[in-house]
Amino acid sequence: MGTNRPTTADALTAIVADAVARGGRLELRGGGSKADVGAPRRDASVVDMTGFSGVIDYDPPELVLSVGAGTPLAEIEALVAGEQQMLAFDPFDHGPLFGRPSGAATIGGVIAAGVAGSRRVSAGGVRDHLLGFTGVSGRGERFVAGAKVVKNVTGFDLSKLMCGSWGRLVALTEVTLKVLPRPRESVTRIFHGASPSQAISIITAAMRSPASVAAAAHIPGHARGGAALTALRLEGFGPSIRARLAMLDALPGGICRGDAASDAVAAAIWADLRTLAPLNDGRPLWRISLPISGCLMVLAALRPHGARYLIDWAGGLLWLTFDGTADAVRDAAAAAGGHAMLIRAGAAMRADVPAFHPQPPPLAALEARVRRSFDPAGVFETGRFKGMPDAD
Amino acid sequence: MSLKMPEPDQSVLSRRAEIVRALKAIVPGEGVIDDLDALRPYESDGLTAYRQPPMVVVLPETTAQVAQVLAWCHRNGIKVVPRGSGTSLSGGALPLADGVLLGLAKLNRILEIDYDERIAVVQPGVTNLAVTQAVEDAGFYYAPDPSSQIACSIGGNVAENSGGVHCLKYGLTTNNVLGVEFVTMEGEVLRIGGRTLDPVGLDLLGVIVGSEGLLGVVTEVTVRILPTPETARAVLIGFATVEGAGRCVAEVIAAGIIPAGMEMMDRPAIHAAEAFVNVGYPLDVDALLIVELDGPAAECTHLIDEVERIAIANGAVSTRISRNEAERIAFWAGRKAAFPAVGRLAPDYYCMDGTIPRRRLPEVLERMAQLSTQYGLAVANVFHAGDGNLHPLILYDANLPGQLGRAEAFGNDILRLCVEVGGVLTGEHGVGVEKRDLMPVMFTETDLAHQERLKHAFDPALLLNPGKVFPSLHRCAELGRMHVHKGQVPFPDLPRF
Repeated sequence: MGTNRPTTADALTAIVADAVARGGRLELRGGGSKADVGAPRRDASVVDMTGFSGVIDYDPPELVLSVGAGTPLAEIEALVAGEQQMLAFDPFDHGPLFGRPSGAATIGGVIAAGVAGSRRVSAGGVRDHLLGFTGVSGRGERFVAGAKVVKNVTGFDLSKLMCGSWGRLVALTEVTLKVLPRPRESVTRIFHGASPSQAISIITAAMRSPASVAAAAHIPGHARGGAALTALRLEGFGPSIRARLAMLDALPGGICRGDAASDAVAAAIWADLRTLAPLNDGRPLWRISLPISGCLMVLAALRPHGARYLIDWAGGLLWLTFDGTADAVRDAAAAAGGHAMLIRAGAAMRADVPAFHPQPPPLAALEARVRRSFDPAGVFETGRFKGMPDAD
Repeated sequence: MSLKMPEPDQSVLSRRAEIVRALKAIVPGEGVIDDLDALRPYESDGLTAYRQPPMVVVLPETTAQVAQVLAWCHRNGIKVVPRGSGTSLSGGALPLADGVLLGLAKLNRILEIDYDERIAVVQPGVTNLAVTQAVEDAGFYYAPDPSSQIACSIGGNVAENSGGVHCLKYGLTTNNVLGVEFVTMEGEVLRIGGRTLDPVGLDLLGVIVGSEGLLGVVTEVTVRILPTPETARAVLIGFATVEGAGRCVAEVIAAGIIPAGMEMMDRPAIHAAEAFVNVGYPLDVDALLIVELDGPAAECTHLIDEVERIAIANGAVSTRISRNEAERIAFWAGRKAAFPAVGRLAPDYYCMDGTIPRRRLPEVLERMAQLSTQYGLAVANVFHAGDGNLHPLILYDANLPGQLGRAEAFGNDILRLCVEVGGVLTGEHGVGVEKRDLMPVMFTETDLAHQERLKHAFDPALLLNPGKVFPSLHRCAELGRMHVHKGQVPFPDLPRF
């Protein structure tokens, strides 16, 4: 199977149309940071999307950035940082999870995976910041959806579907994102030695208060070779942060009175949640999205069997490594009202266990119809996501 | 009605008695309305230029009834138009002569509030404001605040992806909804999203929100509730020029400040509002900004100082800072009364809803002034300045021959101008029937086909809310918008801003 690297929408359209005509399959690839997610054997030619790179329009006060979808994340983050702005959803870079350099992921890949970092809990996800796009659908047709302004309800919001579509609907060539001012200051408050349930109590009390916590996480002792650390991050202007720290101090029982993390400690905490280095133990890595109340339920089910974990998103996200069966993880996640995606595992396991948590059949059927509406021939179905209707 | 809607199917109309009987078997009691006089209140929504009594109204009280009604209609090939409170400004709930109007108003219970999860689970007929009222004693609120919030329903907000003056900072409905229970046209009940931040597979919730009732019927909504900010303060700033006000908005954002609200009014709107509510707006300015900051008191004080400094640096001729809650509300009173205030200047006005890149505002207002001269009709502008959402109000008199047509042509030109400068047809009111035939100004046939195929994936028989959002095959000659005749707005007590 070969690789194509188109640099124009016309060339990309021709590649897709050709694949449709000969019944071929195409795997869209940006920086390759997520190449090892999903089933390992794929019957597809690779389309390298990095030819669609570069800034198309960026006027910082408009809060709108249009770039080629193949632009490296590192380039975009440097660009917006230069204007004291940011992609507020904290783009999550899978590269370090697989021993690859950070920053090589493309923005198109970040959108395709639909994965946000620690600030997700306060600023929204990728879905909340993609305003519009241009791309080539599985029909081999170039089209546009959304717009280049921050407020728009004209037509169906197809941008939402792109986030988390894993390149199975549309080959994105150009994307327009909402950008926001970068917080002028950031303070992390830490709590030492909390159990998971104490950590969830601290975090929940903080999130219920008007202190506008930007990110809240828990790193258990096993993950850092010392006492557990629970962390609350406050961001904004100095006077505001100081007032909000006082709000946390005043909560009943002093539950949110903690210590100020040094810059080095704060940086290490949030880096751990970005790179998941504490979970680099050679075991399968799961990403479990769940209600806050479900977090402790999953831990109660899996910790006795050796699960290691990190808690992010104020309890709404559990990164977990586990030696037991996939069913054990998925049953625990489902019982807690959540779902588990297999992110990192050996080739044999990935060949056997679908990456996505199974959906109820009627929902899976609807999703399959939506996929077929963009890609009737299944040109973007490479066998990567087994266990989905029409996936092969 | 000048608007082209799908041709009524005579074979369906001839089965009306049978259809009514079948619906009464599903929804007993007074849940089916078939008396012709009783159908009148349902003949239009907030866009009263278009009226069409439905064939029959059904008001189910449970999800199971909704599912049975839809399944029966699907089996029998009957079109269905969903309706919440009927406050749409774009005709999203305009009935069909041969269609069932499915009202969700009786599904009006708040099912669950969980402060630890920061969510509320509500039925679609619950009003927007009722969600906030249910949680405010515990120090929470629901952020999207469309101006019709005392009447509009959460189900309607989901359908229209409603915003409000605070959406620059807090987002639209789509950013504040976590999940829905949703019934397809076939009558299948699905749960999409829920209490997790990420979906399992495709983000179907993301396209259901804002789908204007074309994809399915929402029977339950899980919304995010937020802790109420400690305080809110506003600053009122007058500028000699629109350019100065525009620069101020850009520099506030460049300074890293995202205000809770940032509204602009032009000279005609300022004068109309001040004459109406007498809140002390400066009259010798070309543009007035209201900037609201919320959060801890210390943050508001700090940011108000920043905003004032930026305003003065950009040529502000007057600044007033609210000293207490009563003053803050007074600052807003004129802005919130802008629509009825402008409505006093002429027998009719006609409200538009485009979004533009903010940097193009001076040019857009200048070209709008030229169009105003060309069409011989005055226009006043209110503007959600933070996000570029413009509401031009065109003044006309429907009793003078030709004025209605001129007003509509003027409005079309304004929306084309919005698209031409890089903006969109609608920032918050929705496409509905109102802007349906202008969709090709913004999208190619291929673009629209990709949207329409999504409709087919959800509703292959095309029975749910047909005739909305997508242009009809036969383009109608006359486009209409929100028409207000002699102040007779459909919901006279609702603020519109």
